[in-house]
Amino acid sequence: MASSVNHPYIPSTDLERAKMLGAIGVESLDDLIGDIPVEHRHPRLNLAPGLSEQELATEFSAIAAENASSSNGYISFLGAGAYRHYIPSTVRSILQRGEFVTAYTPYQPEVAQGTLQAGFEFQTIICQLTGMEVANAGMYDGPTAFAEACLMAARITRRTRIGVLATADARLPETLIAYSKYQDIELIEIEPGATDIPDDLACISIQSPNFFGEIEDVGRLTEMAHENGALSVVHVNPTALGLFRPPGDFDVDIVTAEGQPLGVPLAFGGPYVGLFACKMAHVRQMPGRIIGETTDSRGRTGYVLTLQTREQHIRRERATSNICTSTQLIGLMVTVFVATLGKQGMKDLAKLCYQKAHYAAAEIDRLDGFLVESSGSGTAYFHEFVVRCPGSPAAINAALLERKIIGGLDISDRSDNGMLVCVTETSLKADIDMFVVALGEIGAAQ
Amino acid sequence: MTIGTGVGEIDRRLLMDRSVPGRKAFTLPESDVPTQELPDASLLRDDIELPEVSQLDVIRYFSVLSQLNFSIDTNFYPLGSCTMKYNPKINDELASLPGLADIHPLQPGSTVQGAIRLLKDLQDDLGEITGLPGVSLTPLAGAQGEYSGLLIARAYHQARHDVERKVAIIPDSAHGTNPASAAMAGLEVVTVRSDDQGNVDVENLRELADSRTAVFMLTIPSTLGLFEPNILEITKIIHDAGGLVYADGANLNALLGLVKLGDLGVDICHSNLHKTFSTPHGGGGPGSGPVLVTAELAGFLPKPVAEKTGNGYVLATPANSIGAINGFHGSFSIAARAFAYIRALGLEGLRSVSENAIIGANYIQAGLRDRYDLAADRYCMHETVLSASRQKKRGVSGLDIAKRLLDFGIHAPTMYFPLIVDEALMVEPTESESKETLDHFIAVMRQIDDEIDTAPELIHEAPHDLASTRLDEATAARRPVLRWSAE
Amino acid sequence: MYPDDLKYSKEHEWVRMEGNIAQIGVTVFAQDSLGDVVFIDLPDVGTEVGQFEKFGEIESVKAVSDLFSPIAGTIVDANSAAIDNPETVNTDPYGSGWLIKVEISDPPQLDELMDAETYEATLE
Repeated sequence: MASSVNHPYIPSTDLERAKMLGAIGVESLDDLIGDIPVEHRHPRLNLAPGLSEQELATEFSAIAAENASSSNGYISFLGAGAYRHYIPSTVRSILQRGEFVTAYTPYQPEVAQGTLQAGFEFQTIICQLTGMEVANAGMYDGPTAFAEACLMAARITRRTRIGVLATADARLPETLIAYSKYQDIELIEIEPGATDIPDDLACISIQSPNFFGEIEDVGRLTEMAHENGALSVVHVNPTALGLFRPPGDFDVDIVTAEGQPLGVPLAFGGPYVGLFACKMAHVRQMPGRIIGETTDSRGRTGYVLTLQTREQHIRRERATSNICTSTQLIGLMVTVFVATLGKQGMKDLAKLCYQKAHYAAAEIDRLDGFLVESSGSGTAYFHEFVVRCPGSPAAINAALLERKIIGGLDISDRSDNGMLVCVTETSLKADIDMFVVALGEIGAAQ
Repeated sequence: MTIGTGVGEIDRRLLMDRSVPGRKAFTLPESDVPTQELPDASLLRDDIELPEVSQLDVIRYFSVLSQLNFSIDTNFYPLGSCTMKYNPKINDELASLPGLADIHPLQPGSTVQGAIRLLKDLQDDLGEITGLPGVSLTPLAGAQGEYSGLLIARAYHQARHDVERKVAIIPDSAHGTNPASAAMAGLEVVTVRSDDQGNVDVENLRELADSRTAVFMLTIPSTLGLFEPNILEITKIIHDAGGLVYADGANLNALLGLVKLGDLGVDICHSNLHKTFSTPHGGGGPGSGPVLVTAELAGFLPKPVAEKTGNGYVLATPANSIGAINGFHGSFSIAARAFAYIRALGLEGLRSVSENAIIGANYIQAGLRDRYDLAADRYCMHETVLSASRQKKRGVSGLDIAKRLLDFGIHAPTMYFPLIVDEALMVEPTESESKETLDHFIAVMRQIDDEIDTAPELIHEAPHDLASTRLDEATAARRPVLRWSAE
Repeated sequence: MYPDDLKYSKEHEWVRMEGNIAQIGVTVFAQDSLGDVVFIDLPDVGTEVGQFEKFGEIESVKAVSDLFSPIAGTIVDANSAAIDNPETVNTDPYGSGWLIKVEISDPPQLDELMDAETYEATLE
């Protein structure tokens, strides 16, 4: 049968196919697909013919060249949930190993000890960063981890109302709403500075640093939650944990985060990895995969997926979550990144981001027409801050773009003429100074 | 001092056990800005416990760990329903181009026209392949795509004020995510039986489909690797009852270019880019599970959807969108890989993928049917489900056979799934494997069957020569140790 | 395998009467089907349970099963030793692997349960 083509990804030749069809006992493929309604078989597809690798590379280079990035001379001050950091060579090197990249989910642990031990290290690192007792092997991303944490709090407390602090990134409650749409869950917004809360909440969910970059009073909010029989859910920035007190110090019940800042490329939004940690007492309600240590029949230490009866492939409709494939390889990037930076590197990285951001904030605050509230207000912040601009941030950003500067996120829907600026260790002082000068010139022309 | 024997002497110490205070694997630049005042000490952490190792330690440790894995790059991996095909290296390279890897998801649209155009082109290609033109690439895995599909079904019925439709009919052979996703979407799960040929029992379905049916969830080909011969009748029954048909597209590798799901009456489906479209499985993700729908349902798709406008490309929110189901735009670099794959194969290549996948699975079935029972005695699609029930009667289970295969460097097939088949072994070779590999697999399976009589202990104690032998999963669950600790 | 002095339900639970207190556990068949038991979820003392109603869950590595009470009544004890060492359900299902004790509310319900011979016959 001649309809199959020769292709580097398909080894069988016409002769081999003929032999196999003979062994099966049929003349052609059509004898095997008799159940497909004949009137719908072999449809005409409007797809282009295949390309050689060289042509493919040329096409992709053209696609890539149409995008603005540091490789074609742009500097960026965008954050808001995805952050530009330097990725060490060790991460890229290990992530090229096909044994990690092309392995399957470790359901046969004897032949997946690489994936499993690396995942165990990931769980350890998340616990060390957050100060929590146990972590899972990763979720899809930060917002879905946050949503799952709120639903977990609801299951544990058997309450249906989730309190979300108003200073959180809107994407967090938005994802929770999508996940809980047909479940008996209600979202309540809690004002920042609230001194009391309803006594029927499942949890108070807090983002810290919050959407505006500022550190929240996690200790006070957690106390208030516990006094009212609610749990405390905190969504953190993992880079900040190199400098700031971890949530584990404040008796927080569940911690989530977006893991992307730890060695994962921006990649236009994904794939990323959600970090998820909690108190050991709640481990059986924790969603996602969990890796445990054990021994093999010869007494050697090894690792396995454990507590699997929480998961969909066993509990089906009673599962803690429907999550199946998650983000193991991205978790590996995080693990190699943190192992590479190590104890001192994570501290240094957080400090560098802090220093550069605070320098930028102070310089911008001095410009006529610009105001940075966090600068000098005494509120602690990490590497993001809100700039009140003299005119519309959209117009300012358009002008910045002409200078090949990608400005901060336009958040004027939440803060008057507000622009959320992020500065990381990747911004040189010269870049920051150029940004400040540009803002000054553009602001004066507004 | 013992002489090293290779495999047995691997250093498996954890990072914290290798740490030496003061060692480092990396340095950062000094700060080039004037020193800024830190916040109050009460906000700052006292110290942090993290590894302190050298850069060579990092490289050596993770390199050695990687060698403990089986992978497609190194082993035949016939996992049914997982489609473990070759992951082309050019895809990884192209997705890592700085112009694709270094772009922020919130950059202004004018600065990412190439990225949005790639998403639009992939949407169009997937729509063309499945016959379902409404496509959103945002779901981050099959389970998210599935959940989105169910939210779309519910939104559709609610928009028509048909609010009593809260039942999802699901075959007893379905993958666990189907009922889990249905429960999350607030649907009551009603199970329809399979007949003894592994097909949906059409009469049972006719009894069950009624005005409470929101959606029927079907895997096609089924989890037994079989194409529903009554598919047109099935979709008609559901449509006549006012429900929608959702197809779990995990097994799409059997259908490329051979039939369009949209032509069969499917209204909604999801696809797994990390299965059919060759993106790497990564040891458990990242995946990508686009949701695809008919034109009529496109307004409900999760946001964003890439669109072409008069002067370029935009990420848009469909008119009646179910909203955002995760943070940003989905797994973009996975989408980039899948797009490269589709472009490399083209129309004829994709059709050849399915043809060879089907021939390979049937070849294995033909070579083993005299030794292993088949779940259903008919030609299969891209995967064959064997039953080790004959072997179980002689003292060896499907699990034992799976472990013995590891000794031959072959990853076990999917085991004990679907649940309706006793001692199930689901074998999916994919089109990436040569006839020699299939012949070798057949020979090994026949040898293992012989070993049941000649050397059963070899099977019961398998695997023998790997970095780990059978691991104690009971103790891991009874007394969980889930992280390194100092003692 | 199936002691004569016990009564059995079709959900593979056994009952041993001590006065009007029913001691309840799972049978050898149940623990064999489950495999190595790793976790047991039992109700609080004082919980009321109906006949053949779910009172808890039992998990092995690969499966989870509901536990159904063969008779109605009030939970007066739950075996914390079995919770701490779930393997006793596998090693001694009729002895130290017992699960709950129920003060029964409706003694005639016992007559609806099977004796050892009848139960064993259902397993073939």
